[in-house]
Amino acid sequence: MKYEPVIGLEVHVELNTKSKMFCRCFADYFSKEPNTHTCPICLGLPGALPYTNKEAITKCIQIGLALNCKIVDLSRFERKNYFYPDLPKGYQISQYRWPLCVEGWLEVEDKEGNVSKIRINRVHQEEDTGKLTHSDGQTLIDFNRSGVPLVEIVTEPDFTDPSQVKDYAKKLQQIFRYLSVSNADMEKGDMRLEANVSVRPVGQKELPNYRVELKNINSFRFMTAAIEYEIKRQIEALEKGEKLTQETRGWNEDKRETYLQRSKEEAHDYRYFPEPDLPELKMKSEEERVKEEMVELPQAKMQRFVSEYGISKQNAQVLVELKEVGYYFEKAVKLGEAQQIKPQELANYIVNQKITLASQDQVLRAVEFIAAKRVGIIEDEAVIKKIVLEVIKKNPKSVEDYKRGKLNALQALIGGVMRKTQGKVNVEKVMVVLEKKLKSGDTP
Amino acid sequence: MDLTKLTLIETIKGLKERQFSEVELNRAYRERMKKLNPSLNVYLWAKENGTEGIPAAIKDIIVTKDISTTAGSKILEGFVPPYNATAVDRLLEKNISVIGKTNCDEFAMGSSGENSAYGPTKNPWDLTKVPGGSSSGSAVAVASDMCVFALGTDTGGSIRQPSSLCGVVGLKPSYGRVSRYGAIAMASSLDQIGPLTKTVADARLVLEWISGKDGYDSNCQNSEFKVQSSELKKDLKGVRVGVPREYFGKGLDEGVEKVVREAIKKLEKLGAEVVEVILPHTEYGIAVYYIVMSSEVSSNLAKFTGIRFGKTRDKFGSEAKRRIMLGTFALSTGYYDDYFAKAAKVRTLIKQDFAKAFQKCDVIVGPVSPTTAWNLGEKVNDPLKMYLSDAYTIPASLAGIPGLSVPCGFSEGLPVGLQILGKYMDEETILDVAESYEQATSWRKVKPKL
Repeated sequence: MKYEPVIGLEVHVELNTKSKMFCRCFADYFSKEPNTHTCPICLGLPGALPYTNKEAITKCIQIGLALNCKIVDLSRFERKNYFYPDLPKGYQISQYRWPLCVEGWLEVEDKEGNVSKIRINRVHQEEDTGKLTHSDGQTLIDFNRSGVPLVEIVTEPDFTDPSQVKDYAKKLQQIFRYLSVSNADMEKGDMRLEANVSVRPVGQKELPNYRVELKNINSFRFMTAAIEYEIKRQIEALEKGEKLTQETRGWNEDKRETYLQRSKEEAHDYRYFPEPDLPELKMKSEEERVKEEMVELPQAKMQRFVSEYGISKQNAQVLVELKEVGYYFEKAVKLGEAQQIKPQELANYIVNQKITLASQDQVLRAVEFIAAKRVGIIEDEAVIKKIVLEVIKKNPKSVEDYKRGKLNALQALIGGVMRKTQGKVNVEKVMVVLEKKLKSGDTP
Repeated sequence: MDLTKLTLIETIKGLKERQFSEVELNRAYRERMKKLNPSLNVYLWAKENGTEGIPAAIKDIIVTKDISTTAGSKILEGFVPPYNATAVDRLLEKNISVIGKTNCDEFAMGSSGENSAYGPTKNPWDLTKVPGGSSSGSAVAVASDMCVFALGTDTGGSIRQPSSLCGVVGLKPSYGRVSRYGAIAMASSLDQIGPLTKTVADARLVLEWISGKDGYDSNCQNSEFKVQSSELKKDLKGVRVGVPREYFGKGLDEGVEKVVREAIKKLEKLGAEVVEVILPHTEYGIAVYYIVMSSEVSSNLAKFTGIRFGKTRDKFGSEAKRRIMLGTFALSTGYYDDYFAKAAKVRTLIKQDFAKAFQKCDVIVGPVSPTTAWNLGEKVNDPLKMYLSDAYTIPASLAGIPGLSVPCGFSEGLPVGLQILGKYMDEETILDVAESYEQATSWRKVKPKL
C-alpha cells in the first residue's frame, strides 16, 4: 500500500513589543539578569491582574492580515489551566474558542516548485512562560520571559511534504521580519515550530485517527529532518501492522531520530474557560485601522516590482527576500533615473553580484558603477574639456571652495558635469580634466 | 467624648476643627482594639503604635505593602506583599491609615467567618453567634467601633451579609466600579471591594475615594463615582421601590420578614411608590453561583503551590478544597457544556431578570439574609445549608449590580439589614434611598453592649 503524509504546523512567535503582554515590564529578556524584568503581575502574585497590551494585539492582527485571515468582530482571552513551575499563575492566558484571526491561507512551494495553498486555521494571542534552568540537581526559575507576548499560528493539516513545511516556515519568518513584529530568530526561541505528523493510505479522504506531535525543535533543518524521519517510521510501523497512537516526540540530532516524550495517557485537560479578568476584545474598527498601517508584504512587493519596474520575477524574488534590500533597491531606482539607468540594469547588477543592499552608501556605489559601465559614454577628452570649462564657469563658488581645500567642492563639480551629460560621461576622465584645470589656475 | 463612636464624616470634621488630634484618635482606637480584640477575634494583624491618619480596617484578603496578608488561610501565613491594592493606595492618599487587617473566611469562602484558618470572629451582639462572612472581621470592627470604617470584598454577599448580621452599613459596588487590583482573587467575575461603615454617608464618601478607572484592572474603566450633593433628600417622592416576590418565600425567617416589611412600609411613608416585581430565575442563583464561582476558584487558587511563597496545598481548609474540586470538575472535558457553559447562560437570564424588573422600579428591596446571626458551629457540617443563607445576595453579584445593607431593626435582639439593589453603576440611587431611610429611623444609634 502507498501512504501519504498528513502534516499540520503550529508556530509560536514571540513579539518584539516594548512591554509584556499583560503588564508594563520590559518584554526584552534576552541575556538580561534573571528576574529583573518582573512585577506582581508577571510573577503571578496574589491580587495581581492582567492588563492587555494593545501593541501586541495590533501586531497579532498584522500577522493575521498578512496570512489572509479574517479578523473576528469579537475575541476573548481564555485561561489554559495546567501546572508547571515556569507558569506562575497556574494557568496561561491564551485563546481557544475566540481567537483574533481565523480562516487564512498562505501559498507554499515544495522542492519541485509546485505551489499549493495551506489553510490557516487561526492566529491567536497568548503569553510566554518563565524559563527553567536545570543545573547541579537544582532548578532555577527566571521570570523575565514570563508574560512576553506570544502569537500562535495554526494551520490545517494541509502539508503533504516536508519541503512545503520548510518553505512555509521560511515565509512566515520573512513575514514576521517584514512586519517588524518579531526578530523571529529560531535559535533564540523567538520562533518555535511544532508539527503534527501522521500518514494515511493514498486515496483515503478522512484524517488518520492519530497524530504525532513533534516538539521543541529549534531549526528549519532539524524540523525537516524530523518530519522525514517520522513519515518513514510511521509508514514502517503501519506496514508491520502496528497501531499508531497520539503522542509527543522530540528530535535527537546526534542519533538523527525522533524519540517519545509523552504518550496520550499523559495528555492534559486544560479546562479552558473565558478569562474573567479581561473584557472582550471588540475588533470591528481595529481591522481597518491596522490595515491602513500595514507595510507592503514580500509577495505584493515582488509583484509590484515586476509590473512597475519591468524586472524579471526571479530578480524580484531575490530583491524582496530581505525588507532592506527591496527598500534600497527602490532608492537606487530613483537615483538611477537621473542617469537614465533602467531598473532592470540595477536589478541584474544587484542580483548577479549578490549584493545585499543595506545602506545609502551601497546604493550610491551601485548606481555609479552602472553609470560608469554603460555604453554611449563620452570618452572624447576635447568634448569633456569643453563641458568641464562650462561647469567651472557656472560654479565659481565651488571653484573658490576647492581652492580653500574643500574636497566636497570637487564632488559638486563632478556632479555638475554628470548632470550636463545625463551621466553619460567617463567619470575618471572628468576627474583628471577637472583637477588639471583647477590646479593650473586656468580658470575664468 | 468617645472618639471611636464618631462616623467617618464626623471624624474628618473633628480633625479639621481641631477638636482632637490624630494622635488622640489613634490612641482611642488602639485602646478600644486592645480591650475588644481578644474576645471578638477581629484583627489578624494590628498596628502597634499608629499616631497618624484616620484608622481604617482592611479585610485581610486585600494586599497591603509590607504588611502580612493571609486571606484567612494558613497557606499564606507569613506572606508579606510587596505592593498595595489600588483601593488601599487611594485611601492612603486621603490620609487614611491601616489600623489592622481583618479576619475573614479563607479566601473569602464562607458565610459565617468560621472558615478562617485563624478561628472565627464573634458577633458583637452575641458572642455565641456568627458575625456572617466572609468579611466578618471588617463588619465586626465597624460594629464594635474598632475602626472608623473598613474595606471588605463581596463575591456572593460577603459585604452585605455580615453587615446585616452585625448591624452596619455595607456596600457592594457595581462590578467594575472599584479596582480589584490587589484583592486576592476568589471568583474574578464576581469579586468587588466595597466599604463597611457606620452610616450611609460614610459609605458614599469611601466609595468616591476608592472608585474610578485603574490602569491595573481592565474591568474597571468608566467607573468614577462622585458624591453628588451634600443636601440630603428628606423624602422619597418619585422613587419606585420594587419588592421581589421571590425574596419573601420559603426559608425566610418570620422575624426577619416582619422587620423588613416594616422597613418597606417606612419607605412608602417617606413617599416612595412600592411596586411588586418578579425575578423568576432567583431559584437558580445558588446553583449558577456555585458552578461559576468554584470554576474560577479552581483556577485562581492554582498558584498556591508552595513553590515561591506560602505553604503547600495541604494547608488549604476543607471549604477551599471542596470548591477547588467542584470547579475542576465543572470545567473538565465532557462536563464543561453541561455545567460551566449552562451556568453562564442562566447567569445571563438572571441579569435579564433584573433589567426587566428595573423597567418598573428604581431600586429593589428585600432582606439581605433569610435569618439573623446563627449559632457558631450550627451550619459548619452542612455546606448546603450554609450556601442557602446567601440566596438573596447572590443574584445581584451574578448580575454585577450594586447592592447595600442598611440596618433596619432587630429580631430577637439581633440586627437585621435591609438590602437595596440598584441598576448597574447607579450606586447614587441606592445610597439616596438608604440614607433617607437611615436618617428617618434611629437604628444606627443602637450599639452592641461590649
